[in-house]
Amino acid sequence: MTGPAASAAANPPPDNLLEVRGLKVHFSLPRKGPFAPAPKVHAVDGVSFDTARGATLGLVGESGSGKTTTALAVMRLAPVTEGNILLNGQEIGPLSGEALRRQRRHMQIIFQDPYSSLNPRLRAGEIVRAPLDQLDVGDRESRDDRVAELFRLVGLRPEQQALFPHQFSGGQRQRIGVARALATQPDLIVCDEPVSALDVAIQAQILNLLRRLQEEFGLTYLFISHDLGVVQYMCDDVAVMYLGQVVEHADRVSLFREPLHPYTNALLSAVPSADPVLRDRASRIRLVGDPPSPIDPPPGCRFASRCPFAEERCRAEEPALRTIGEGHRVRCHLVSDDGVPPHRASN
Amino acid sequence: MTESTPAVPAEEPVVIEVERPWREVWRMFRANRAAVAGLVTLLLIVLVTVLGPFVYPVDPFAAAGPLLLPPGEQGFLLGTDQQGRDLVIGLLYGSQSTLTVGAAAAAITITIGILFGALAGYYRGWVEEVLMRITEFFQVLPPLLLAMVVVLLFSPSIYSISIAIGVVSWPATARLVRAEFLRLRELDFVKAERAIGARNARIIWTIILPNAAPPLIVSAALSVGIAILFEAGLAFLQLSDPNVMSWGYLISVNRPQILEAWWPVTFPGLAIFITVLSVSLIGDGLNDAFNPKLRQR
Amino acid sequence: MSALLEVRGLSVEFDLKDGAVSRVIDGLNFELAAGRTLGIVGESGCGKSMTALAIMRLVPVPPGRIAEGAIRLAGENLLDASEARMREVRGNDVSMIFQEPMTSLNPVYTIGDQIGETVRLHQGLSRRDARDRAIEMLRAVSIPAPEKRVDEYPHQLSGGMRQRVMIAMALACRPQVLIADEPTTALDVTVQAQIFDLLKELQQQTEAAVILITHDMGAIAEMAQRVVVMYAGRKVEEAPVDEMLTNPKHPYTRGLIACVPHLEADPALERPPLMEIPGVVPSVAELGRGGCPFAPRCAEAMDRCPQDMPPETAVGEDHTAACWLYSATEAAA
Ligand SMILES: Nc1ncnc2c1ncn2[C@@H]1O[C@H](COP(=O)(O)OP(=O)(O)OP(=O)(O)O)[C@@H](O)[C@H]1O
Ligand SMILES: Nc1ncnc2c1ncn2[C@@H]1O[C@H](COP(=O)(O)OP(=O)(O)O)[C@@H](O)[C@H]1O
Ligand code: SF4
Ligand code: SF4
Ligand SMILES: [Mg+2]
Ligand SMILES: [Mg+2]
Repeated sequence: MTGPAASAAANPPPDNLLEVRGLKVHFSLPRKGPFAPAPKVHAVDGVSFDTARGATLGLVGESGSGKTTTALAVMRLAPVTEGNILLNGQEIGPLSGEALRRQRRHMQIIFQDPYSSLNPRLRAGEIVRAPLDQLDVGDRESRDDRVAELFRLVGLRPEQQALFPHQFSGGQRQRIGVARALATQPDLIVCDEPVSALDVAIQAQILNLLRRLQEEFGLTYLFISHDLGVVQYMCDDVAVMYLGQVVEHADRVSLFREPLHPYTNALLSAVPSADPVLRDRASRIRLVGDPPSPIDPPPGCRFASRCPFAEERCRAEEPALRTIGEGHRVRCHLVSDDGVPPHRASN
Repeated sequence: MTESTPAVPAEEPVVIEVERPWREVWRMFRANRAAVAGLVTLLLIVLVTVLGPFVYPVDPFAAAGPLLLPPGEQGFLLGTDQQGRDLVIGLLYGSQSTLTVGAAAAAITITIGILFGALAGYYRGWVEEVLMRITEFFQVLPPLLLAMVVVLLFSPSIYSISIAIGVVSWPATARLVRAEFLRLRELDFVKAERAIGARNARIIWTIILPNAAPPLIVSAALSVGIAILFEAGLAFLQLSDPNVMSWGYLISVNRPQILEAWWPVTFPGLAIFITVLSVSLIGDGLNDAFNPKLRQR
Repeated sequence: MSALLEVRGLSVEFDLKDGAVSRVIDGLNFELAAGRTLGIVGESGCGKSMTALAIMRLVPVPPGRIAEGAIRLAGENLLDASEARMREVRGNDVSMIFQEPMTSLNPVYTIGDQIGETVRLHQGLSRRDARDRAIEMLRAVSIPAPEKRVDEYPHQLSGGMRQRVMIAMALACRPQVLIADEPTTALDVTVQAQIFDLLKELQQQTEAAVILITHDMGAIAEMAQRVVVMYAGRKVEEAPVDEMLTNPKHPYTRGLIACVPHLEADPALERPPLMEIPGVVPSVAELGRGGCPFAPRCAEAMDRCPQDMPPETAVGEDHTAACWLYSATEAAA
């Protein structure tokens, strides 16, 4: 940009492909008695993050922390209770019907389970072709060519289009899922634990494929995983979730080098490692117990029941998500403003 | 093929044959011998039903010989019933209405059942509330009473009887379909369909319904049987069309004499049994034939 | 030092539908001393669980059978033991924690009943004593409020608690050998860390020998002293853990270690593409065709590999591998 006037006049595409603001997804459970209020699962409870174009944002956390629900809400596959979702600067939260269908071209999803995510009654070719047919991309012949091209791109042979999903191995099925997600040339691909169900040796094949495709097509990933090694390998930024909220969010290097939130620290400590340096880290935190239920979560800090540093204030007052240093966000009372985490402060 | 296929790497075959879908289904169906037997039997029954009246153009209600003659005597292959009617003639003429009622009532059952179950299970919310309340309403009414009301309202005929049976038996199918939809709609491949912009109609009819087919086919075959038996029950209450011969009618009029003469009840009963069995064998075969997991060689 | 558990030349065969016979475990050897932990790693379908079942003599017969070999527990060959003797052994001397914490508890009995059942069976405790023992065991595996939990049903517990109940059940009779088949695969890392700590602590108290089956080298590093790598039913490499991690020899082991993105001590490092092991594990029908089973996926395969089975060879001190790259006998060919 040359001058302030130029930048104000033009309307360039935003740097962030995806912006999520105050997202809440609550599910009502059946009421216990005729007059009891219906209990509400606060699956996602005020989540905000940005994802830069062409980058990968990792979402980590224990099971039940709301990762999948966040992903589904971003894809508009789970009901959004509250909040804004902006894709390419356009609000997609309130869209429905045709308008929402048109946006689907730009965002796609890869699921965790390569078995339940493919319709057993359709052939692989039909599965990969469906997005083109449903969203009217190209004409008939160009679709045939595109499907064959997609098969090659993900490392399958075009002849395999005629096979049914059960005739493929787990890794190959996941490749079909990747091809389906790529079909409409989306900007955003949400990957919900894309390798968790795969064998160790097959994981590498899929991770390499995802990285190669990202480079080739400038894709933006929202990458969900509970495996921190995989997240460190795949992501540029990482958001850590606990009980429906983001508790820490930073770029990969700061988050793994200098985790501020006690929960992030506990998560990192828990990873069994072959590396003696990591294993003997002085700041290891062992958690006890399980996360509390997301039905009507406790007041104050949601991590207080398991946090070794919890104080009176933590149980009473909910910490805000504060920004410390360069874009390192953390939700904890005891992290000082200059970024000293509680486990450092206490010794 | 005249040439042998070239050696392929041990890992995976390169040549993938594609068969035309219906030929493939037929090949799979043919491989199931029980299903083929069922199909042949049913076709025979239909053939006999269609040709019977031309071969023996008689009044099926007219007495043809002595009362309650045992099978094989005086040239009556299956004997006679309590009014001296030839059972062979009775079965021949009775099959037409019996098969019509069975097929029509099952069709009604399945259609309404799928419609209510699919919409309730897919859309949930108030749609489900309303549809399931209606379903429960029909389910709590005593079926025989409901059927009687329908028949009396429209005067007994094959059509009113079919409708009556369909109307009382669809709720079970609706509940079954709804349960399948509730299960399937949460699977990832259905979410994936929504993610690629598929419209609800496609998801319901071409994605979820085929996956719900296995229990549905079994229940359809059963409902043909239930309809035939129900028709017999209505006939027993004298609620069938008195001018139309049916297997149910034969059973009901001859039931009081069952201790003296087993044959006038047993042969129509056997006919019903064989029909229902062949329908359910065919259902089984269709189910396998449409299941991709069993299709590969 | 004499071994507590000794497995020699163990082979397990399965009859396939088409009449063929498949060797899903082929000539397996290893031993294990009291108080130590042996890790078994390998991809899905490499025979890890089947090895565990064979030690418990729980291979489904038919279609399976233990074709040959010996399994000696404190000198006694379990393959010669009567079925009655095996019932005493199972749960009492050797016990097992299964892969699936959700399905390996019976949903219709309370967890107290299920833990108590084992001790009543093996140690003839009364109902009341068994219940007390169950509470004690629940406390030992750090389940909060054990007096209350003892009367709960499995579905009322979280996955981590269920797995702790499984451990309590497995340890209730103080077995000499504990086999843990992927005890934490279905659990979060934080819960996995708790379970591992618990296992180590209990092992120290009871001096049990532990076999830990997993596909995570990190878990092996934390828990075990020795490790056996299995591929297609065979042991392809065995070494002490540190040696295996720093100096893996067999191409399969090297692949297994390199293909997983490990948490790095320095997150700012370059992230080159991961090493891939192409292809998949052979299916049951493809097992036992002669030659190195890894040959179709091996980047270093030589001409003889698909024909001749590589023998187990010493490749270092207390370190063996079955690979032609290290076999000195090849000059003869
Ligand atoms: N009942 C059976 N009939 C035939 N083959 C079987 C049977 N049970 C297991 N197998 C085969 O035995 C081999 C070893 O299986 P096993 O369950 O021990 O693998 P694993 O290494 O424990 O895998 P995972 O990591 O998935 O638990 C596999 O090839 C499997 O297909
Ligand atoms: N449809 C639903 N109805 C009720 N609760 C739900 C539903 N979907 C998810 N939840 C709950 O929301 C929470 C977050 O779930 P999820 O997003 O799947 O977590 P994660 O992907 O992090 O494991 C969990 O407690 C889960 O049980
Ligand atoms: S706010 Fe308190 S309880 Fe919450 S993480 Fe920080 S120190 Fe722990
Ligand atoms: S024997 Fe040959 S094929 Fe097998 S692992 Fe060694 S080098 Fe590879
Ligand atoms: Mg999830
Ligand atoms: Mg296993």
